[in-house]
Amino acid sequence: MSDQNPDVTSEETPDLDEIRSSGPVPRQREVLLDVDHVTLRFGGVTALDDVSFSLYRGEILGLIGPNGAGKTTCFNVMTGVYRPTSGAVRFAGQKVTGRKPHQINRMGIARTFQNIRLFPEMTALENVMVGTDSQHHTSVMGALFRLYRKKVKPHELPVVDSTNGAVRIWQQVRLGCAKVFGISRHTLEERAGERKALELLKFVGIVGRANELARNLPYGDQRRLEIARALATEPKLLCLDEPAAGFNPAEKEELNQLIRRIRDLGYTVLLIEHDMRLVMGVTDRIVVLEFGKKIAEGTPAEVRDNPKVIAAYLGEPADAA
Amino acid sequence: MTTTTSRKRLLNGLSDATGGIGDRFRALPKWQRGLAFLAFVAFLYYLPLLGIPGLTWLRTDSIEGGNNWAGVLFVCAVYVLIAIGLNVVIGLAGLLDLGYVGFFAVGAYSVALFGSTQSPVVKALQERFDLPQGWAVAWAICIPIAIAIAMISGVLLGWPTLRLRGDYLAIVTLGFGEIIRIVVRNVSWSGGPHGVAAIPGPEGAPSADNQVFGLIDAKPWYWLALTVVLLLVLAVRRLENSRVGRAWLAVREDEDAAAVMGVYPFKYKLWAFAIGAALGGISGALFASRQGFIEPNQFNAQLSILFVAMVVVGGAGNMAGVALGAFLLAYLPERFRDFAEWRFLVFGLALVLVMLLRPQGLIPSRRRARELKDRAEEVPASV
Repeated sequence: MSDQNPDVTSEETPDLDEIRSSGPVPRQREVLLDVDHVTLRFGGVTALDDVSFSLYRGEILGLIGPNGAGKTTCFNVMTGVYRPTSGAVRFAGQKVTGRKPHQINRMGIARTFQNIRLFPEMTALENVMVGTDSQHHTSVMGALFRLYRKKVKPHELPVVDSTNGAVRIWQQVRLGCAKVFGISRHTLEERAGERKALELLKFVGIVGRANELARNLPYGDQRRLEIARALATEPKLLCLDEPAAGFNPAEKEELNQLIRRIRDLGYTVLLIEHDMRLVMGVTDRIVVLEFGKKIAEGTPAEVRDNPKVIAAYLGEPADAA
Repeated sequence: MTTTTSRKRLLNGLSDATGGIGDRFRALPKWQRGLAFLAFVAFLYYLPLLGIPGLTWLRTDSIEGGNNWAGVLFVCAVYVLIAIGLNVVIGLAGLLDLGYVGFFAVGAYSVALFGSTQSPVVKALQERFDLPQGWAVAWAICIPIAIAIAMISGVLLGWPTLRLRGDYLAIVTLGFGEIIRIVVRNVSWSGGPHGVAAIPGPEGAPSADNQVFGLIDAKPWYWLALTVVLLLVLAVRRLENSRVGRAWLAVREDEDAAAVMGVYPFKYKLWAFAIGAALGGISGALFASRQGFIEPNQFNAQLSILFVAMVVVGGAGNMAGVALGAFLLAYLPERFRDFAEWRFLVFGLALVLVMLLRPQGLIPSRRRARELKDRAEEVPASV
């Protein structure tokens, strides 16, 4: 259905309040992420050499560099996959270094992967719900016995709408039970998670494929699904690792719009990208890495005219060597 | 060339037929599915009284006339319970556990050592606390003890080993199963190679006076096991359809990505291990109660492999599938007892055939399409 008529899904407008970033209104130039003199060595190879930069709340920062410059390594240090040899990464004043990946996620950093890493045998909706689960509190015992119950507002009670007599009686029994005993936290969280996951799928434009296995989604939709899944963990900072890899120009333009819309919802975005047009078009500031060193930092216009950057990408002029 | 295409066609037809039934069942309204489930449960309870010809032709040496249908059903129910427990570990959390018989043995020995008047542990307790000769821990208390000890052993095994992945974990768990068996055989407080006799059932130690849970009539035992199975199926289902189940699947699919999405893989893997161990412990306890006597050699590594085979043949990740797999693997060897030594050849051939024709299991796992009430029209439920 949706693949023959993609407009059907893109016309749907998500409920933005459901997925807006929940943090406070940003003060001017508040440092969210601080990469402080980070050095990372693998044996004799120096992957990152004294890299420092800051990321301000509410901006889109681009991290670029030629192949093998250490962009993804930098990313992995930020999200706790690698531990830096020296230096530290601070997020909203707290140290990131030395924490486990799920703790870092709880601090408010979410990421996507350069080579897509979805949960292939789960549906798109379930993929996103794994993300929303990170904000929930049901324990294993809570899910098993469902004894933690809450009184709910009338609109959240089960509806009695069947015309079949027996089913109607059953629904009324359920309504009565929900009124007397309340509804379990598990059920409430499950509903909230599903609602939010659907809004996110609408936001990235693939709600029509909510029930398909992630494995069966087309490439572009898998990339979008990964972004939706990352947003579902309610991050303060969203890190995108080459989200445009393998995209055609039209898809890149859509991605450009999507990243802007994400920023408008109050998220801070860190973008690693090869595609210069996308990076120049969407970012507020750019940090350039080469051979593990930071060689430039500034607005897209500044970076574009920086001779070091031009040399890094196009090579040194022959007479300068 | 032609054979492969015809086989493919046959395969597609087969999976279309079975998948079609599943889809049609899922498309029914909820209350009709509930009703069908209740009817099926009623059928299961009625099964031992139902002399289905063909199914009940079971030769035994212990019973006059050679029909131990209810007894075989009891064993099937215990194996189904094992398969459901192992399915949590293998099918949902994706941890290959080749030592599951260890938990089965822990459950069985817990009941035996605390419940039997002849066990060294009970004798030591009697001496220590000046208790009368006939004293032993009541069966109803032995069961929670068995579950607790099995769970603790699951956590103790999981804590250091769940950092390993894939094959390495499988080897370690295989070792665990053997360690349990060899330890139990060689220490003095477990009855050693002679085993433990007089293991109690719900009515106390086995004797001719027992009214319901007797030695000969296995029907009450089957109904007890079936009730336990049904309760635990509902419990595991609740876990499966919650954030816990999603976390298990996420860890199975991609552990690193799950961690980055806020799932703590170690915690959920440990829970899967503990829950699997508890289910194994319960089934071991039931098995020991019915047998009345256990000895270490009943819990060999071959049994572990059989348990894994039940899950794999049935369809890892799907509870109906693994239950069917367990039923078949428990029932078929009994059914073909007439073939004597040939039955294991037939059994092996059947396994090979299943793996060739349906590598994902008899009833493969299919992620249930969520019922999206508000947008049922727009969202194609294609999964």
